[in-house]
Amino acid sequence: MLEIKGLTASIGDKPILKGVDLTVPPGEVHAIMGPNGAGKSTLGYVLSGREDYTVTSGTVTFNGIDLLALEPEQRAATGAFLAFQAPVELPGVNNANFLRTALNAIRRAHGESELDAVQFLKLARAETKRLHMPDDMLKRNVNVGFSGGEKKRNEVLQMAILRPKLAILDETDSGLDIDALKIVADGVNALRGPEFSALVITHHQRLLDYLVPHRVHVLANGRILRSGGPELAKELEKNGYAGMIAEAA
Amino acid sequence: MAAVTETLDTVQSVTQSGYKWGFETTIEMDFAPKGLNEDIIRLISARKEEPEWMLEWRLKAYAAWLKMEEPQWARVDHPPIDYQDLHYYAAPKKKAGPKNLDEVDPELLKMYEKLGIPLKERAILAGVDPDTVENTQVAVDAVFDSVSVATTFQATLRKSGVIFCPISEAIREHPDLVKQYIGSVVPVADNFFAALNSAVFTDGSFVFIPKGVRCPMELSTYFRINARNTGQFERTLIIAEAGSQVSYLEGCTAPQRDENQLHAAVVELVAMDDARIKYSTVQNWYPGDSNGKGGIYNFVTKRGACRGDRSKISWTQVETGSAITWKYPSCVLLGEDSVGEFYSVAVTNNHQQADTGTKMIHVGKGSRSTIISKGISAGHSNNTYRGLVRMLPSATNARNFTQCDSLLIGDQCGAHTVPYIESRNPTAKVEHEATTSKIADDQLFYCRQRGLSKEDAVGLIVNGFCKDVLKELPMEFAVEAQKLLAVSLEGSVG
Repeated sequence: MLEIKGLTASIGDKPILKGVDLTVPPGEVHAIMGPNGAGKSTLGYVLSGREDYTVTSGTVTFNGIDLLALEPEQRAATGAFLAFQAPVELPGVNNANFLRTALNAIRRAHGESELDAVQFLKLARAETKRLHMPDDMLKRNVNVGFSGGEKKRNEVLQMAILRPKLAILDETDSGLDIDALKIVADGVNALRGPEFSALVITHHQRLLDYLVPHRVHVLANGRILRSGGPELAKELEKNGYAGMIAEAA
Repeated sequence: MAAVTETLDTVQSVTQSGYKWGFETTIEMDFAPKGLNEDIIRLISARKEEPEWMLEWRLKAYAAWLKMEEPQWARVDHPPIDYQDLHYYAAPKKKAGPKNLDEVDPELLKMYEKLGIPLKERAILAGVDPDTVENTQVAVDAVFDSVSVATTFQATLRKSGVIFCPISEAIREHPDLVKQYIGSVVPVADNFFAALNSAVFTDGSFVFIPKGVRCPMELSTYFRINARNTGQFERTLIIAEAGSQVSYLEGCTAPQRDENQLHAAVVELVAMDDARIKYSTVQNWYPGDSNGKGGIYNFVTKRGACRGDRSKISWTQVETGSAITWKYPSCVLLGEDSVGEFYSVAVTNNHQQADTGTKMIHVGKGSRSTIISKGISAGHSNNTYRGLVRMLPSATNARNFTQCDSLLIGDQCGAHTVPYIESRNPTAKVEHEATTSKIADDQLFYCRQRGLSKEDAVGLIVNGFCKDVLKELPMEFAVEAQKLLAVSLEGSVG
């Protein structure tokens, strides 16, 4: 269960989130939609602990743990995963090595034994196969020389291997063709279960055709403006945000 | 015995930085009086039981040194060194001198055990005949202050005709070889520090690989500065005859001290037709504390001569230690189609200063060289790549490729690249690429979001940055080097 209460956050002196209240029960997938500059990405960064943002008030708990008190890596250990809108390149760092280091760090935090290279590769190859990705994805350097679509797929692969309990997808669908979109949706759908929650930040209704959310929230001007079922996304697709924002004001 | 162990543990536990080799070994030492003059040189030569020609060679170097001045062109800064305030000879006291490993002082053996030297060696040092120990891959020469204390596997190597022994022994046992090659690559008056070394060098390794022989195991020398107020001046000479091959590794550590200590080594390599020499260094002398107090001044001249056609000399260095590093392992490419390579990772943290690079002198037709340099600066440190590529008129169709990459961690450090390129042959090709980057906040955040600690993230990014060089190291060293990089950069990120 993710519970966000009265969350305000700013970058420098500029307030971005102005009181966000949001609850994602375990087992549910929620979508966050909203116009550019609404604070959608900021919400993802604040939840995962990016230092450039200052939380000015409010609370965030995940399964009863105060996320805001934790370092980013500790949040990852609680099961939080952020699929980046712009995945970062790590020159010379092999994808498999990166993922094994990450997975083992999380396993260590849980008191589990680390996987050796052979055990890890077996697991990783099974995931690439399931996601219809080529094996060489694991051999390449993290995101270096990847096309936009490959970077997004790599995020999905990382998510599949790290098996988070809370996945935050920051416009992972942007710039993807329909096949890639399905891979992203499949990646999330495969993780669905009673203990898995997801927050899917998106601009477009399209992704939600494949990744059907339990709830849709509209974030505008740093606040949740409206919440509803999957039909809300369709309504937004048809009418846009302008009317809703005007109505709220 | 117990008291010594306790002392070592205490010293180690107060070691607040990541430098875990900073302990000092309590051992009875035989010192020459402080200062440098002809008498000291005579004393060193006498202690080493050297022939007359060696003493003359030393005195000639000393005379040249007296007329020389310390080089000022490097981007390093240090208070003047008082060359009269150093001991030029320090040796563990011994009865007769270790003819074999059984006679080595147990305190010394304990120290090498502590340093984790791959002393399969451990068994040998316990008195087992080296040739009966199985699975041995590396022969080690261990140099403690001014003397070589143990060289392993000499007998095994001897069977294939390879000579691997302390240079002091080579001067006595193989005078003709030494006389022919010593100073032939780095002349006595080559530079200030080389001249000083030529006058006072005390030990180091000698390697001779005969014609057509591929050295059956890795050769390795472990250098340790232990005594206070002592300079270490080692001299290494490696000769690879036609068609032979050898891979040689060196490692270095020193105790943690407040004063600076001087280390001025000379390494000479000679490769004849089709010979290959691979020389790898993991340099981890004490770097000084986080305020820049103490540490080793590492002023080293390393040069290889590719004398034969198709000969190849490859330098790989991982430089993480020393307060100051002044070092330019170079290749003189005389043979036709000879090849020179320089792969370097230099890490500076806190107040360390490194001015390092290489010289590739192309004389032979079709000679080729590759330079890959990775400089990493953190803290308040300064890291300079200085390299020369010279194409002489005879170097028809010679080629060079240089890549210099700098990585900055934090905003108080500096990275500098100073390439010199001289081409006097229109058919020669020289390429130079350089980049400077920072470990970006978004890279760190990305790694941490995936569960990596800050330190692990920096380690991963730095190792990725250095990959092209680390892959050149022999396997055992590559693992050690990766760990060393992480330790050297501990605390460098907020």
